[in-house]
Amino acid sequence: MIKRSLGDKLFDVANILFLCGLMVVTLYPFLYVVFASLSVPSELVKHSGILWRPQGFFTDAYKLVLKNPMIISGYKNTIFYVVVGTLLNVFFTALFAFVLSRRDLYWKKHMMMMVVVTMFFSGGLIPGYILVKSLGMLDTRWALIVPGLIATWNLIIMRTSFQSIPYELEEAAKMDGASELRVFAQIILPLSVPLLAVMVLFYGVGHWNSWTGALIYLRDRELFPLQLVLREILIENSTADTTNLSTTTGDPFLGEVVKYATIIVATLPILVLYPFIQKYFTKGVMIGALKG
Amino acid sequence: MTEMNLSVKARRIGRTISLPAYLAMLRKDFKKNKYLYFLGLFGVAYYLIFSYTPMYGVIIAFKDYSPVKGIMGSSWVGLHHFTEFFQSFYFWRLLRNTLLINIYELLFAFPAPIILALLLNELKHANFKRVVQTVTYLPHFVSIVVICGMIVDFSRKSGLFNMILGWFGVEAQNLLLDPSLFRTIFIGSGIWQGVGWGSIIYLAALSGIDTQLYDAATVDGANRWKQVLHVTLPGIMPTIIILLILRIGGMMDVGFEKVILLYNSQTYETADVISSFVYRRGLLEANYSYSTAVNLFNSIVNFMLLILANRISRKVNDTSLW
Repeated sequence: MIKRSLGDKLFDVANILFLCGLMVVTLYPFLYVVFASLSVPSELVKHSGILWRPQGFFTDAYKLVLKNPMIISGYKNTIFYVVVGTLLNVFFTALFAFVLSRRDLYWKKHMMMMVVVTMFFSGGLIPGYILVKSLGMLDTRWALIVPGLIATWNLIIMRTSFQSIPYELEEAAKMDGASELRVFAQIILPLSVPLLAVMVLFYGVGHWNSWTGALIYLRDRELFPLQLVLREILIENSTADTTNLSTTTGDPFLGEVVKYATIIVATLPILVLYPFIQKYFTKGVMIGALKG
Repeated sequence: MTEMNLSVKARRIGRTISLPAYLAMLRKDFKKNKYLYFLGLFGVAYYLIFSYTPMYGVIIAFKDYSPVKGIMGSSWVGLHHFTEFFQSFYFWRLLRNTLLINIYELLFAFPAPIILALLLNELKHANFKRVVQTVTYLPHFVSIVVICGMIVDFSRKSGLFNMILGWFGVEAQNLLLDPSLFRTIFIGSGIWQGVGWGSIIYLAALSGIDTQLYDAATVDGANRWKQVLHVTLPGIMPTIIILLILRIGGMMDVGFEKVILLYNSQTYETADVISSFVYRRGLLEANYSYSTAVNLFNSIVNFMLLILANRISRKVNDTSLW
């Protein structure tokens, strides 16, 4: 071990302190929302200074959120978009990536060119809207699934990864008379399970968090995903139903606490899954960065 | 040699190949790979319909599009929408806001993940490093609606931000109603949400640096700061340059998602950017052709910036996208 100078040690201490500070700054807003969501509304309003624990203990806000019909339907819709959307995304991305990863396909590079061009040019918001409208998908669930079926970046990650699977494996299977589909289903896919997991997570979290598609294509509130419902509650201040609740329960500050509880209810699935999925995401970014 | 790779064969033959021979080769390729081409049809159809049709749809920027007449039936107006936009009061405001957000992001948000990665790289405790990474990646996964919902709440007169500002004697106000604060809030929250996630790519590059270089530097008497300067930074420079090129290519790009969640008519003066204007004019006011023209102008400038940045970087230090 080389002797470390005083300056080195000072730097290490400062570095650790700085990073601890960064963690506090990152986490505190979430903790604040958790504490506030469990606080008795009237006491929360009276409180001043840093909030470091719930003021009193209060769960009625959560009960109100879970009874809110828009939250419930938003949740159901989002689960539909996440499950069905992600399945279709991964299936079609993998299928096309498989075709683009084949060796002896003359038109492969033409197809690849067609794909790469879309990374630099796109029609933009309005032509996309006109297309979806002319396909009759406006105000249907398909509008949130079909236009984004294949994400080009994910496609390229998958293709690169498929290409790195040793060709001898397929060759052997083909000698035994396996068809292309069989090679895909029984060699490529089983060997790519970790990659498929990354793709499921990329697409899944994307669907969970997405709201602009719904904003552009949906008018029917019955189809709104959770994030669009959240926008109404948190941003547009349409706390109409929560303020109604405030007056019936006689607590004028209940609406605020209900907002905090809404944030927690809507974010909990991500927060609970996060520790388990984080490493897959990191892996996915690495694959994209190194090979893409 | 039945498994002869057709594309290799074609390349070897080169341009001298005659048309009938080329067609014969194509026919053979199609016959041999008919299932593959069939599977590929789905992907090709998807890209043709959902990427290329909208690209064709961009021609409404030069037309007076009406939904009844359709894209083909609408009459041509040439550059009318463009000149209207360039002459309008909005043009300079949108250009300024879009560019300023990007310039400030380049100055503050672009270096932040690099600095974080360098600091993480200096840590000696692997566990502590992992904890910091896990914590700082977290906000990336939280939806932008929730993040902006929190920002809106914290910016209220009695919100968290005002309480903290109060310690420094700043008078409480609704921060999101003050146009002069919009960029600070927009970019600051962006750094807060993205700094950890953005550092992953640099950490990957850092892990690729040969440790022998550090040993050699130590032998040469380089202290830690010198090592960062002469080993670490050069090691991740190609990554930095590539991301910088992409960033500069997006200098005229600000997504409308976060803007329309945080702005309001009182802050349009600093907050309204090209994409949010396109959204408002196009979808809310159904000015399809006009907003497509604005969007097209934006894309063209972006593409030219990307080419320019790429060319400069190739000249200056041999790193380029293509």
